Amino acid sequence: MSETRKTGTPDFSNWSCPLPLADYPTIVMGHGGGGKLGNELVEHLFLPAFRNPALENLGDAAVLELSAGKIAMSTDSFVVQPLFFPGGNIGELAVNGTVNDLAVSGAEPKFLSASFILEEGFPLAQLAAIVQSMAAAAATAGVKIVTGDTKVVERGHGDGCYINTAGIGLLRQGISVGPHRAQPGDVVLVSGTIGDHGMAIMSVREGLEFESQIRSDCASLDGMIAAVLELAGDAVHAMRDPTRGGLASTLNEIALSSNVGVAIDETRLPIRPEVQSACELLGLDPVYVANEGKAVFFVSPEAADRVLEVLRRHPLGRDAARIGQVTTDHKRMLVARTAMGSNRVIPTQIGEQLPRIC
Amino acid sequence: MKYLNEFRNGEIARAMAREIHQAATRPWKIMEVCGGQTHSIIKNGIDQMLPAGLEMVHGPGCPVCVTPLELIDKALAIAAQPGVIFCSFGDMLRVPGTDSDLFQIKGRGGDVRVVYSPLDAVDLAVKNPDKQVVFFGVGFETTAPANAMSVHLAKRRGLTNFSLLVSHVLVPPAIDAILSAPGNKIDAFLAAGHVCSVMGYWEYPPLVEKFGVPIVVTGFEPLDLLDGIRRAVLQLESGRHEVENAYSRVVTRDGNRAAQKLLAEVFEVTDRAWRGIGVIPQSGWRLNKDYRDYDAELRFHITGIHTEESPLCHAGEVLRGAIKPAECPAFGKECTPRHPLGATMVSSEGACAAYYNYGRFLSAEELASAGSGLTGVANV
Repeated sequence: MSETRKTGTPDFSNWSCPLPLADYPTIVMGHGGGGKLGNELVEHLFLPAFRNPALENLGDAAVLELSAGKIAMSTDSFVVQPLFFPGGNIGELAVNGTVNDLAVSGAEPKFLSASFILEEGFPLAQLAAIVQSMAAAAATAGVKIVTGDTKVVERGHGDGCYINTAGIGLLRQGISVGPHRAQPGDVVLVSGTIGDHGMAIMSVREGLEFESQIRSDCASLDGMIAAVLELAGDAVHAMRDPTRGGLASTLNEIALSSNVGVAIDETRLPIRPEVQSACELLGLDPVYVANEGKAVFFVSPEAADRVLEVLRRHPLGRDAARIGQVTTDHKRMLVARTAMGSNRVIPTQIGEQLPRIC
Repeated sequence: MKYLNEFRNGEIARAMAREIHQAATRPWKIMEVCGGQTHSIIKNGIDQMLPAGLEMVHGPGCPVCVTPLELIDKALAIAAQPGVIFCSFGDMLRVPGTDSDLFQIKGRGGDVRVVYSPLDAVDLAVKNPDKQVVFFGVGFETTAPANAMSVHLAKRRGLTNFSLLVSHVLVPPAIDAILSAPGNKIDAFLAAGHVCSVMGYWEYPPLVEKFGVPIVVTGFEPLDLLDGIRRAVLQLESGRHEVENAYSRVVTRDGNRAAQKLLAEVFEVTDRAWRGIGVIPQSGWRLNKDYRDYDAELRFHITGIHTEESPLCHAGEVLRGAIKPAECPAFGKECTPRHPLGATMVSSEGACAAYYNYGRFLSAEELASAGSGLTGVANV
């Protein structure tokens, strides 16, 4: 896998059962037709990679057993380009994205579905690499992929590979987090450096090359969040993974939902120097750049130091930082204290950030 | 980061601000020409650090904002044509034309692409010989060398499917026009550091002499800006008017000679219409006769353009420094970055967008007390 990441060219050789599929080096319309080709894809690619009893029945629906309690459910579609980028690929993203949405909702992720929309002509070797990454990411996160679907669209009608995942998780006992539960006085923590994923994607898109490679932070946050919740229980009032729209959008959403003000200190935001440089070069603000392996926590002030310590002991939280507080001032607004000691409002971005002229 | 964090040191900034407070005995109006500087001033709250009577007036130096509506409408018409790959810097995509913008053209099937360099557009022309590739070449002297290089290369490679839609504007004639305008109240200028990195500052002594105003070549980081303001105030207080270079780590008197040579080879000076301001004589560049074949306006012959500005938009007054963005009746109401009425609300260098994006819909008092919740953070 590490080879795959480095070169961007997936390695087909270590895939479980390449022989029957190798006859068709690329996806053809028949792979989505419900006939023999489609079955082969399931039998020789998806099943060996994702194998578990619920999936093995290959019924129209997976039948699952869950202990009593509340269930969380989430879905997300993944259309990232390029499909393979420094630090991950669309498959890892599809698993971790839904796992993280469940985890920040206070749930223990259990089961995922995976639907693929493939473009005619998409190399099977790349699909195999994506599927293997999904299997690895699911194993790391402790979730099972229990049902799925494959459709093929004509060449020119897709971007190689789109993936949708939906997930079910079991709400953890004694936890009730939500974007509306942040309270004045809460301390805002972020689990690590911001902007890594967005700038990793930008750096490999056509025409952009930076000297040092920026890697996506794509990761399953479930383990880290479990550790925090185990320690701090109901001291955690709100959690979010700041994906699209970045940290700024997440903090604005929570300020709005909880009807509070959020104040952050810009000088405390953990940002990698190479990400900062790339953002400067392109005229982008790292607070708006996407993350795929970071979480923001709103915790009661007494618990803040303990939560920070737990985060920093976790491999994904080494750079965790205390970045701000919740206030009764400037309700529904995010305000940042700049390095100059002045204040600025950070509003929600309208659409994508646009690179500027000069 | 080298040459970046050093110029964002809050402690030194506060010391410089104190020096400005001590030096300033009278009210002064200083105009920063460049939109990048406006952006940095508002983002970092530099204006909040200055004495009450010292006012920063925001100038017309946002290339996206001053690009004439007619040319934007032409760009939209060209971009909508089949067989055209229309390339632009990202900033231009949401700028409203009369009826539409480039984003909408893209949504309707136009092949509109954001590039980071005009040379990428030349590469696209090489790779797509059956398409016409057009680059929207707007900007001040800063972006001009790369745009000049693109047509230079296209000509050298014999490309017949590349052209430039040019709307280049020049800083010194704009300063002249602002100072010559009746009722002008600007006491001093901060000249745009990046423009001067290309052009040098040899064009400014005649302006200083003609109008008796100090011009300080200034950079973009908080300390650069405070140093530029400090030098301007010191000159004003002592009754001097000189050209000073406060951005010597980048700018020399002569500028980038190689770039100037290329510019002279490709462009010629022409009268230019500035959106919101009007025609300023000899204030822009167009492709000269040797390169006219690469002029997209001539290649596509777009006619029948009827432009219409929003009657609610006061961008012209903002660009001339006559009003602050928040003084426009439409600011934050009919006009937001989501529904911009004028280009100044779109570009990250536009003054209206800077005011909106950095929260200048809060009052100065609200903004000053806003960080009170942060007391606990400072102790961590």
